[in-house]
Amino acid sequence: MTAMQNVSLGAHYAVHLPAPDDFAFWRERARGLIQCDVPPDRVSWIEPGGTGDLFASDGPSRGDKRLPSPPADAPAVRASQRFLTLARSAGLHSDPARFGLLYRVLWRLQRSPRMMEDKADPDVRRIEELAKSVRRDAHKMHAFVRFREVSEDNGTPHFVAWFEPDHHIVRAEAAFFMRRFANMRWSILTPRGSMHWDGEVMREGPPARREDAPGDDPVEDLWRSYYASIFNPARLKVGAMLSEMPRKYWKNLPEAQIIPQLIAGAQAREAVMVAAGEREERARPASLAVVAQGVAACRDCPIADCGTRAVAGEGPGQAHLMIVGEQPGDQEDIAGRPFVGPAGQLLDRYLTSAGIDRSAAYLTNAVKHFKFTWKGKHRLHQSPQAKEIDTCRWWLDAERALVRPRIVLALGASAARGVLGRTVSVSKARGAPIMLDDGAELWMTVHPSYLLRLDGAARETQATLFASDLAAVQGRMADIGA
Amino acid sequence: MVQKTLQQRLETLADAAKYDASCASSGTAKKNSLGGKGIGSTEGMGICHAYAPDGRCISLLKILLTNHCIFDCHYCINRKSSNVERARFTPQEVVDLTLNFYRRNYIEGLFLSSGIVKSANHTMEQLVEVARILREEHDFRGYIHLKTIPEADAEIIHQAGLYADRVSINVELPTRAGLTRLAPDKDENQIEGAMGRTKTRIIEAKDERKRFRHAPRFAPAGQSTQMIVGADDANDTAIISKASRLYGAFGLRRVYYSAFSPIPDASAVLPLKRPPLLREHRLYQSDWLMRFYGFAPGEVADATEADGNLPLDIDPKLAWALKFRESFPVDVNRAAKEQLLRVPGLGTTAVGRILAARRHRTLRLDDVARLTASIAKVRPFICALDWRPTLLTDRADLRRLLAPRVEQLELF
Repeated sequence: MTAMQNVSLGAHYAVHLPAPDDFAFWRERARGLIQCDVPPDRVSWIEPGGTGDLFASDGPSRGDKRLPSPPADAPAVRASQRFLTLARSAGLHSDPARFGLLYRVLWRLQRSPRMMEDKADPDVRRIEELAKSVRRDAHKMHAFVRFREVSEDNGTPHFVAWFEPDHHIVRAEAAFFMRRFANMRWSILTPRGSMHWDGEVMREGPPARREDAPGDDPVEDLWRSYYASIFNPARLKVGAMLSEMPRKYWKNLPEAQIIPQLIAGAQAREAVMVAAGEREERARPASLAVVAQGVAACRDCPIADCGTRAVAGEGPGQAHLMIVGEQPGDQEDIAGRPFVGPAGQLLDRYLTSAGIDRSAAYLTNAVKHFKFTWKGKHRLHQSPQAKEIDTCRWWLDAERALVRPRIVLALGASAARGVLGRTVSVSKARGAPIMLDDGAELWMTVHPSYLLRLDGAARETQATLFASDLAAVQGRMADIGA
Repeated sequence: MVQKTLQQRLETLADAAKYDASCASSGTAKKNSLGGKGIGSTEGMGICHAYAPDGRCISLLKILLTNHCIFDCHYCINRKSSNVERARFTPQEVVDLTLNFYRRNYIEGLFLSSGIVKSANHTMEQLVEVARILREEHDFRGYIHLKTIPEADAEIIHQAGLYADRVSINVELPTRAGLTRLAPDKDENQIEGAMGRTKTRIIEAKDERKRFRHAPRFAPAGQSTQMIVGADDANDTAIISKASRLYGAFGLRRVYYSAFSPIPDASAVLPLKRPPLLREHRLYQSDWLMRFYGFAPGEVADATEADGNLPLDIDPKLAWALKFRESFPVDVNRAAKEQLLRVPGLGTTAVGRILAARRHRTLRLDDVARLTASIAKVRPFICALDWRPTLLTDRADLRRLLAPRVEQLELF
């Protein structure tokens, strides 16, 4: 008995699948048809609710009852492992032609068993495309299912999600969520059917509607906050986001609601972020006069908004010694000159006794504006913050580049940070010079106002140290012939 | 002071964490929650649960335990001298947040880092405590990535590796000089020492797993690091050679590049200009060339331009091919895999397809077109049965032909 005896010549067969994702059923039927040698163009595969192709209603009776039974001595049907793997995925695709395609390839495989290796074959390419889009859909389901918590009567939380897959993947992918949330009660509702897990048993349910899922979950507010904060507005790349998270998924993602406002606000947020860095690209001032004008107009840090005036440095434009203080005080702000208040007068006395000529030195401050708080009617000095010193450092660098002093004397830690860009301990660093990038030497000592705040023996000790620091500077000046 | 709400602190501490580029959740040991008491699974492939409008994926809850810090690294928004708002979480709060997000399928797990408070050891202990509560008290089997602090004791870092899937230590800057200038509290020797110890532990743990089935895993997803691009003046050649050294010496899984981006409250010693994002992209491409395409670091460096940087308008593989035209065209029907991988426009997948398909037929140009994404890009560099690029490969203006078009703006 040959296969052909069971097959009516020229007959057309229609196979009705019980479910759109019933791969096992298709495999069973396809095996029988191949054994009966039915060519691909004489079989239609019809999903539940589908109409199949034109020939399907052509035959005298519909349904698979009419399928021929394979002869007992029919050869076994063979397919490569690769085909089976791809076919399992491709069978879940929503393309109504998928089972026809699979059957055609299975048919061809009997004659050319290695055809799956030929990636340039159009049928092989098509199966790969189908399988790929099913894999992608499954991957997106793993990623974009969002559970919402519902409290049940018995107190155990129940997590319910609404998801709209493109393909028939819900039953196949339920296992992923079972492995991940094994000890949680959850349900995934989709228009293609629903899955329910109670911690022990998986149940299948009918297709659901969006209204069946809960509408809200308070944790979503936290999630949206996280989403908005982790986004870096300085690198807006909407295209990259859309290619991985297309708009069709947005309606079921709680975080997607705020995407439009994030994109709209990004440029404003970036402008704020860039504003700080922008100053770096300004040209260096060409002269000390430009520096003086520049600091007067500078609004790079909040101190500038205190209503005080900028105090530029003063002294010869080519001085060998530059003395850097912290910031102008009350008197300096009024006079518009550096080192004229009580601390300035004290400094003058010590400079004189050390033999340093103040008029030959260039005096300036790490921060050019007076920072204070009101205490009654008095303006009380406030130390500048590291950030403010670092901002103002640009001006100090400009002054150093113009004056090119051989020796820089920093009075206090703020001045040292202004010169060096990092915080150093004056008590440790005093007494020995630090080489700067431009070849100048940085010497450090305390700020004279520190001496004004001390009393008794402590003041004696510190005054001695201060005097010897200035003497060391004077000695060094003499050494290098400055 | 009024205690800030959880939501406010989440905003501050997520904002502070966004400059870490890594968000990978792949490549760890397979595990799931069947038979356990808690939740969580990792199945090899990472999952990106959302994408932010900056195009980066959100796979992990990426936060800092605190953004208080005793260090003063200039490029970092959380440095001591910065004026950013400060906040901190308790370990339990991080645990609750992670589990609440995980149950709703928002995330694959946790990426926890921290500013340094009190001491390196204290901070590291707090980070490990979060991982311990998740793993031991909640039997959490999702992904955990812990940032480790090189200054902390080796014993605490070892604990971190036992709980975490991946550990990472940031090298921050490609050159020692840059590190000294911009991160005065950090030390290259200390960073590399910690990386070396972690590498040894990972190898030891793998070896023990081979002998004893229940030996504890140690950072099964390996270690990674991050380099900031554009904060100092190191060029691409320096960055590539540093990266290849890191891959070679410490067996890193990934080196992440983060284009220095303007941070609010930036330090005054910082540059200059923000580097184009494209530079970061080109560095990642060169990274791929070394890891998957058989390029030696020196060969990638050959593709750079006179200033030692990779060209921005074309990708590094095309740049290399244009410089070494004598290696082309390559015959798709005969050439070895290594040669095919050098063809601009052919990726590892396409090369695999060509190798499989040419056993069954002699490939024509149309066949190659079906196997690749874009035949136009590949054409000048290959020969097929019916195709020979004759003069095309030698044309002086080939670069212009292949470089992406610069779009002319419309008159307004």
